[in-house]
Amino acid sequence: MNRKNDQVNDVILQTAAVIIFFIIIMFSINLFFAGHYSPGGGFVGGLMTAAALVLLLLAFDSKTLANVLPFDYRIMTAVGLVIAMLTSLHSIFWDRPFLTHAYDKFDLPLLGEQTLHTAIAFDLGVYLVVIGVTMTIIQTIGESE
Amino acid sequence: MLDIVIYIALAILLFAMLGMLYRVIKGPTTADRVIALDSIGIALISVVALLSILLDTTMFFEVILLLSILAFIGTVAFSKFLERGEIIHHDRDNDL
Repeated sequence: MNRKNDQVNDVILQTAAVIIFFIIIMFSINLFFAGHYSPGGGFVGGLMTAAALVLLLLAFDSKTLANVLPFDYRIMTAVGLVIAMLTSLHSIFWDRPFLTHAYDKFDLPLLGEQTLHTAIAFDLGVYLVVIGVTMTIIQTIGESE
Repeated sequence: MLDIVIYIALAILLFAMLGMLYRVIKGPTTADRVIALDSIGIALISVVALLSILLDTTMFFEVILLLSILAFIGTVAFSKFLERGEIIHHDRDNDL
């Protein structure tokens, strides 16, 4: 089927994708932060964020996505690895073994008393690495001419 | 009592999924197979919801939302492949 000269119009797909994108992003953030007490975590959250970006890639094109979200996903992978390495390295400065995590209670201004754990920073590294690797694979394969 | 109802619903869903599987195997065109696979995904969501009632746990609720998102994105990707022959365009205003 030769559609070279037809005017293509994806109004329904593009409108739905813009709305569903934010729902998937919210769900992935929820999965990321809920990982300590319920199913989820950095891996599934990163995969869901990558799925939301893939939905934008399907509805629009890779040039539009590069304009809207100007990230270099290879640098994102490197930043995630550095974050994971630093959060696992910090414990050796307090004479603890490598990868020992710490937590403490903090009095945050809006949220009240919360317990913050360094495992969330390690999880943030996993999250960034998963997004970076998935989007690098998909963009490298998808843009082959 | 509720267990019996859930088992009956699971059996009905099993037969529905068998019907969709018949359409996946037999379906004359590719669009039939894509629609049947999408419906199998939706039936799978119902199976997970019924199993989470049966096992009396809320730990499977993320699976329900995740399966629905993945089924949607997979169906959109396959239908774009059927329509355009290419899934991800580089610049869709100037390519076409």
